[in-house]
Amino acid sequence: MEDNVIQVEHLTKKFGSFTAVDDITFEVRKGEIFGFLGANGAGKTTAMKMLTGLSFPTSGKGMVAGYDIWTQSELIKKNIGYMSQKFALYSDLTVRDNIGIFGGIYGMKRADVRRRATELMERLGFMSEKDVRVKELPQGWKQKLAFLVAVIHNPRILFLDEPTGGVDPAARRQFWELIYDVVDSGITAFVTTHYMDEAEYCSRISMMVDGRIEALGSPAELKSEFGAGSIADVFDILARGAKRSE
Amino acid sequence: MKGFFAFVRKEFLHIFRDRRTLLVLIGLPTMLIVLFGFAISTEIRNVNIGVCAPDKDVSIARLVDKIDRSEYFTFKGWYGSAMDVDRAMKKGEIDAALVFSEDFSSSLMSAEGAEISVVTDAVNPNNASMEVMYLTNIVYGYFFSDTDSMRQSPLVPNLRMLYNPQLRSSYNFVPGIMGLILLLVCALMTSVSIVREKETGTMEVLLVSPVKPIGIVFAKMIPYFVISCMVLVITLLLTIFVLKVPVEGSFFWMILVSLLYIILSLGIGLLVSSLVKTQIIATLIIGMVFLVPVMMMSGMLYPIESMPYVFQLIAQVIPAKWYIEAIRKIMIEGVPFVFVLKEVGVLLGMTVVIFTAAVLKFNDRIE
Repeated sequence: MEDNVIQVEHLTKKFGSFTAVDDITFEVRKGEIFGFLGANGAGKTTAMKMLTGLSFPTSGKGMVAGYDIWTQSELIKKNIGYMSQKFALYSDLTVRDNIGIFGGIYGMKRADVRRRATELMERLGFMSEKDVRVKELPQGWKQKLAFLVAVIHNPRILFLDEPTGGVDPAARRQFWELIYDVVDSGITAFVTTHYMDEAEYCSRISMMVDGRIEALGSPAELKSEFGAGSIADVFDILARGAKRSE
Repeated sequence: MKGFFAFVRKEFLHIFRDRRTLLVLIGLPTMLIVLFGFAISTEIRNVNIGVCAPDKDVSIARLVDKIDRSEYFTFKGWYGSAMDVDRAMKKGEIDAALVFSEDFSSSLMSAEGAEISVVTDAVNPNNASMEVMYLTNIVYGYFFSDTDSMRQSPLVPNLRMLYNPQLRSSYNFVPGIMGLILLLVCALMTSVSIVREKETGTMEVLLVSPVKPIGIVFAKMIPYFVISCMVLVITLLLTIFVLKVPVEGSFFWMILVSLLYIILSLGIGLLVSSLVKTQIIATLIIGMVFLVPVMMMSGMLYPIESMPYVFQLIAQVIPAKWYIEAIRKIMIEGVPFVFVLKEVGVLLGMTVVIFTAAVLKFNDRIE
């Protein structure tokens, strides 16, 4: 229990008669990379919104970073980092401005922001670009910067929503190295993706179909459970029964 | 709270990094003031006038001379008949004409009196009625003062133009321009800047951050509030020192009413931004739903009283109408604050309603 940074029981979200998330139960252990997989429309985004304190569930219980999703969403927000699939940054501002803004929004002191920003920029090779406006950066760099910004305040859990969308395969692999890097420093990563090959990089994965979690375990466990050669095959077996599609 | 200030700082950064927009915001009031104050004017000047007088004599010549000397009219020539006047007007030589009756000077003394026809090209009705008014005034003035024959007239109208004795159109425009610019800066800029965050996806990231959603939008309003105040100061300085329109009433109340209007406009921007998803739609809505009515129906260009009844009703819900009226009263007429209580009350009510709606709608959308 102590080692779980996310603990969810019977979480359900209904929009009218439509059940977007249907009674899901899972936990994410401290320091792991948890892959949250599913087709578009399976309920990944809705589930993630409840975990990040953006919306309340219809029923069920949940603890994120040690705080209750019903009553302590403000505390949850302080302790998580979030990177959206759009690499949302302020393109008219410089790299340094962007880092400063997000550090400030998370209530960090200026000096702390500067120290941590320098440390991260050095690690990611951003030092020479720190006064460049974000719109002038190539796509892969924007993705890296969005990642940097998401971990600037040293969150306990990092939520990554389709972090490798629209990035070439080489950059995707490099990006996973970054994720491993922060996980080594003690941050737990919660990643949604629809690249099944990336699922192999995760410690454990869950697969959502039609709002329910149909499979949960390490990639090796799932492959042997379903007798499949790869995670993509496992997903095919599960997705065959899906009613909702894109 | 620290997050909130980081956010305000970021909004200022956005504005200062985007020099062009900032220049437009500051340059626009200057441009509009110059445009409306000098170039666009409802006054008439140098109207070409022709005269047809079958029996030309000294008295008529002196009248024509007087008309020609006025800055409003330029004498183009004598025409032999009403037909010639008509032809000249069609050719565009003249815009107005005076046609004297036969035996004009001698008929002046007779019982039936003499006749002058004032003919104008009424394609532009505003100009035409203005020309008629000015011409009639000159003609009356001439016969009252320059000839003794009319001295015994039983009724001498004594005209006084209150508040704007020189009939300068800038007196009328300035409050209107202020109503227009402040709405533009506040409503358009805030709504576009909020919607931009939705478009680029940064709103999503902000919502996950510990900054409260309502803090995000209020942080956006602060820089535009500051800029609006700067615009207000620029507009007032230009008005007073360049257009030389005096502020007759209380400066304090004028500023206070303007601040209320600025806050109201910020609320409109917030409301629009909570309803739409793209910057283009936000711009269109502010432009079509808010700016055009301000130009057309707030009494800025055309008097509300002369509009069809339905439009008069619509005008009542346009915030700028009440603001412009209040500013006209305080600035031009110089009335004490008690006389604009109604306008200020309406503005205050609108502000409360719009903010309530915007905040409710905004929170509603977060879910």
